[in-house]
Amino acid sequence: MLTVSAVAEKLGLNVVVKGDMSQIVSGCYISDLLSDVMAHGKDDDLWITLQTHPNVVAVAVIKGISAVILTNERNPEPETIRKAEAEKVTIMVSSLNTFELAGLLYMMLKDDGSVHAGTS
Amino acid sequence: MTENSPSEGTFHLMGGEFTNAGSASSELKSTLIKVGVEKSIVRRVAIAAFEAEMNVIIHAVAGTLRYEITTEAVTITVTDMGPGIENINQAMQPGYSTAPDWVREMGWGAGMGLPNISKHSDLFKIDSVVGEGTTLEIIFDLKEKNADS
Ligand SMILES: Nc1ncnc2c1ncn2[C@@H]1O[C@H](COP(=O)(O)OP(=O)(O)OP(=O)(O)O)[C@@H](O)[C@H]1O
Ligand SMILES: [Mg+2]
Repeated sequence: MLTVSAVAEKLGLNVVVKGDMSQIVSGCYISDLLSDVMAHGKDDDLWITLQTHPNVVAVAVIKGISAVILTNERNPEPETIRKAEAEKVTIMVSSLNTFELAGLLYMMLKDDGSVHAGTS
Repeated sequence: MTENSPSEGTFHLMGGEFTNAGSASSELKSTLIKVGVEKSIVRRVAIAAFEAEMNVIIHAVAGTLRYEITTEAVTITVTDMGPGIENINQAMQPGYSTAPDWVREMGWGAGMGLPNISKHSDLFKIDSVVGEGTTLEIIFDLKEKNADS
């Protein structure tokens, strides 16, 4: 089982807000539409997005998402950081673009047995 | 807001108040976990409550989110003062949205909120009067075993 901290380390992510780094990562969802994440994200998913505003934290809390990753080196807004600290939601930043990061993450999760092709 | 009990309570919502959006739903989620509602139901209630809360913030002027928890059901009633919904069937269509561009830039306005509420609840009623406001009643059964959606 992969943890958030293992993912952060292997993918060289910059951890901006440290929540529960020992949380299990069981999959990942990628979307910049918040109601789409509400509909299709799952408990213990990582969430990759370009959205940097505080509602990202609210969605992560409601959905029980294990951590949020912002790509293309986009930094969370100051209010987003404050909210994430209060709610203990992990926020990490990658210098890679979404495609590159998702590819690496997919391979990691597949090696770990968490991703099975053809299931959703 | 601090007077809410484990069995019923009210949250006040303000249109345009995006910064604290979701706080009513996450407090409700904590309450449901505390009173021991089954995890899969908590998840469904939280999703529906959040979408309803966001719709007041995005589309209306002000409103309230009320909850009632019994051994039978969780009932959420969201009432707002706002523009109302002219065509409810159209509003229920996935992808239909009147959200302005700046709201869409935040990632809202995919037209998925009302369909999400409908999908995750056991009973969903909308009443709306154009120029006055909208009321949603959303019910989750706690008794029967429902197919988990
Ligand atoms: N409380 C409300 N008051 C007035 N209009 C509403 C309200 N709730 C929904 N609507 C109308 O119904 C449409 C569809 O709502 P829905 O929640 O499905 O999508 P959205 O809010 O536009 O986008 P999303 O939920 O994906 O962020 C809205 O764009 C709006 O026109
Ligand atoms: Mg909506």
